[in-house]
Amino acid sequence: MLTLTYLNKTWAHGLPAGGKLAALALVTALLFALRDPAHLTLAALGAAGLIASGGRGFARASQRPLWMLWPFVAIVAAWHVWLRDPAGAAIILRMITAVALANFVTMTTRLTDMIAVIEWLLRPFARLIPPARVALAIALTIRFIPVMLLRAGDLALAWRARSPARPRWRILPALTLAALDDAARVAEALRARGGVD
Amino acid sequence: MEKSLTQIALFAALIAILGLIPKIDLVSGVPITAQSLGVMLCGTVLGAKRGALAVVLFLALVAAGLPLLSGGRGGLGVFAAPSVGYLIGFPIAAFVAGWVVQTWRAGVGASAFAGAAIGGVVVLNFIGVIGMSVMLGKTLFEAALLAAPFLVGDSIKAVLAALITQSIAKMRPDALLSRG
Repeated sequence: MLTLTYLNKTWAHGLPAGGKLAALALVTALLFALRDPAHLTLAALGAAGLIASGGRGFARASQRPLWMLWPFVAIVAAWHVWLRDPAGAAIILRMITAVALANFVTMTTRLTDMIAVIEWLLRPFARLIPPARVALAIALTIRFIPVMLLRAGDLALAWRARSPARPRWRILPALTLAALDDAARVAEALRARGGVD
Repeated sequence: MEKSLTQIALFAALIAILGLIPKIDLVSGVPITAQSLGVMLCGTVLGAKRGALAVVLFLALVAAGLPLLSGGRGGLGVFAAPSVGYLIGFPIAAFVAGWVVQTWRAGVGASAFAGAAIGGVVVLNFIGVIGMSVMLGKTLFEAALLAAPFLVGDSIKAVLAALITQSIAKMRPDALLSRG
């Protein structure tokens, strides 16, 4: 499975993940404190400059995830144009800038570094949630996504072999049941190998 | 111990799979994704605590940069978008769904429907609407209007969650942890 990290290295790939996340949290909080459209325009331009510094291919790839915002942009724009209220511009600018900056951090940070930060953040709760278990659960989930995707495909094929209709939701009980059965088998295998501490 | 860990991990994977299944395949004519159905199932099948943990694990992987949300979305950007309330609501929805099934000892089908409807439709949309209202600077009522068209699909998913939970209760009576 592909992650959302941009494969060609930019200068920002080299920065420590924890630092990038802390900076993102700070900047996002600041964005929500800004009200003036002029300030938010400056922030948006700053974010655009940051993204452009990654090169042309990086900038183009950064635009794609922003398209998920278009329904919100359209609704807010229509609403505020109708009310003749200029506050809509600030809302739209803030929304696009916040999402673009968050995507910038995701695209320049490797999955393993991000998971390391999650584990670091969980450290104070080590008594409640042992880090080794979190790591194992993350690994199992990542491993079983392609396995279960294949199984969903098999179930759909088995359905089609017997029915002219499309499978729709009817394969879902089997898929859910398979997840439960797999969980039981994997748990048994783990226990046979010494269990989880 | 091992078993609850593997169940949490595999149901986190199940939520991801349900987001990858093409929209139109679920019920004819109504374009809905099955992702929130996965959230409901986590609660109604695994119970409140494990169900919520499975959803948290799923969200952690999304935040870490895996494109597991429906439509191949993921990364930190989705947590900065106006729909963030729904993501925050996911684990709470699973918890409430599981809690209802554990607490209301009616037939599995009825209590799973109640759990999925209260947790996965009412609570999830409530938190989602609060999120949109904050992020878009709208009143709660205006934000609720944005969520209204999706309630039909959500209700269908609550029915499906109940049917799936019921058929699991029939096939593996001891596997239904929400009734353990």
